Amino acid sequence: MIYLKTVYADNAATTPLCAEAFEAMKQSMLEDYANASSLHTPGQIAAAKVLEARREIAELIGANADEIYFTSGGTESDNWAITSAALRGEKQGKKHIISTAFEHHAVLHTLKDLERRGFDVTYLDVHSDGYVRPDELEKAIRADTCLVTVMYANNEIGTIQPIDEIGRICKEKKVCFHTDAVQAVGHLPINVKAQNIDMLSFSSHKFHGPKGIGALYCRKGIILANFMQGGAQEHGKRPGTVNTPAILGTAAALKKSCADMEKNARYVSDLRDRLIDSILTTIPRSRLNGGRSERLPGNASFCFEGIEGESLLLHLDLKGICGSSGSACTSGSLDPSHVLLALGLPHEIAHGSLRLTLSEYNTAEDVDRIISVLPQIVAMLRDMSPVWERIMKEENSDAVQ
Amino acid sequence: MLYSEKVMDHFRNPRNIGKMDDADAVGEVGNARCGDIMKMYLKIEDGIIKDVKFNTFGCASAIATSSIATEMIKGQKIEDALKLTNKAVVEALDGLPPAKIHCSVLAEEAVKAALADYYKKQGLPVDPSIFGCVDCESCGGCGV
Repeated sequence: MIYLKTVYADNAATTPLCAEAFEAMKQSMLEDYANASSLHTPGQIAAAKVLEARREIAELIGANADEIYFTSGGTESDNWAITSAALRGEKQGKKHIISTAFEHHAVLHTLKDLERRGFDVTYLDVHSDGYVRPDELEKAIRADTCLVTVMYANNEIGTIQPIDEIGRICKEKKVCFHTDAVQAVGHLPINVKAQNIDMLSFSSHKFHGPKGIGALYCRKGIILANFMQGGAQEHGKRPGTVNTPAILGTAAALKKSCADMEKNARYVSDLRDRLIDSILTTIPRSRLNGGRSERLPGNASFCFEGIEGESLLLHLDLKGICGSSGSACTSGSLDPSHVLLALGLPHEIAHGSLRLTLSEYNTAEDVDRIISVLPQIVAMLRDMSPVWERIMKEENSDAVQ
Repeated sequence: MLYSEKVMDHFRNPRNIGKMDDADAVGEVGNARCGDIMKMYLKIEDGIIKDVKFNTFGCASAIATSSIATEMIKGQKIEDALKLTNKAVVEALDGLPPAKIHCSVLAEEAVKAALADYYKKQGLPVDPSIFGCVDCESCGGCGV
């Protein structure tokens, strides 16, 4: 067997650790073993490093250090932010929440849980291009709306939402605004103050930081509910021994990502555009999911008619290419991705989805490899597909007519 | 790994893949909405399945189950092919993940649908107690 270098094109799932984060964590794991809550000198040294990291992270998103709460990652941050806002709303008799149909499950399942507890949730249409319309959000806000939660950029199709306008509307209407920015932090310029964001979730491993850590930014004055009871860490709101190495790793990774942001965005979006253009021209009956203009630099999400995503994914894997699919078979359910269905795609087409997400670690050769392999695999699977046979028959009879 | 070596082998190198222009019987099960469709072609002589071909739209286990099912019935008498169960398909593949068991049900149904087509063409009665409910719903997988 010929050894092939892995082409990692699943950066929306997780990213490789950057050298800066690794070094910061390695050093911290060996040196900062003391508990950052301890009063002795080693403990206080660790605490000082954590504070410095907190300041750096806060500054990079336009927040203050005391507005950053470290969590286990995006899922916890989303759960915490939404549930806290709902509890606050409930106390004031406000039990209406506005979100979208294509949020991450960390948000959607939290909202479903709140619906079971008597909350009313409006899911905004994301239209066929994958963007929320600010005027539709404005119309959906009611006197009893306690929270608007709209993701910054979609994890599957990469569409970037009109966050500035949503923030402005929420500020005007005095409604709390949370955004799941897991795919955006470290990739897009963010300033929570300028953008009127009240709460923002992020996860370190999406920008070459460590897994198992993320944070919730929560604007000063907004009170968070306790999920767990324990010590005084994170203002007593999120108890548990401070994970010093992971926090330092997060700060190092975010610093690096933000410093190189413009350069990376240009480089990665060039790779992405070449990939998209090539695939759409070489593979018939293929489509790009989501609009092209406001799109995460690394995201290329396709649907190929007549084939099923899991087969495609596993054949790519056999060729050393890592991607992901929103097909039912990869999600563990029988329905294809809720994101693709929210765009109005029929089940048949949504089953044939493929998401390739690039980062600055990818090369032009990686894209060449994908471009050279993908069309053959699609053709091979179509060749054995009764659905494709039917599509071709219809096409031929249309041509005759 | 999600799948056994056997499943991956049949997924990578599906046996009896393709269409058959002079088939004596054709059966199709599943639907695109659920993400699986299997189409099976049979060549039958003297009550024996002389040749089988299949086409499948679906995930790796859908391809693997239909592939191995064609191997299991090729050269068999019709009566014996009708005894093929989804359980036997799963065992022949050294197991399937729980979420993929419905693919083996579909493979069994594809064989039965093709044989039911043969019976109909021969003017023979299609006994539901043997052929089962030959359609997508009976798999129960997708709730359509």
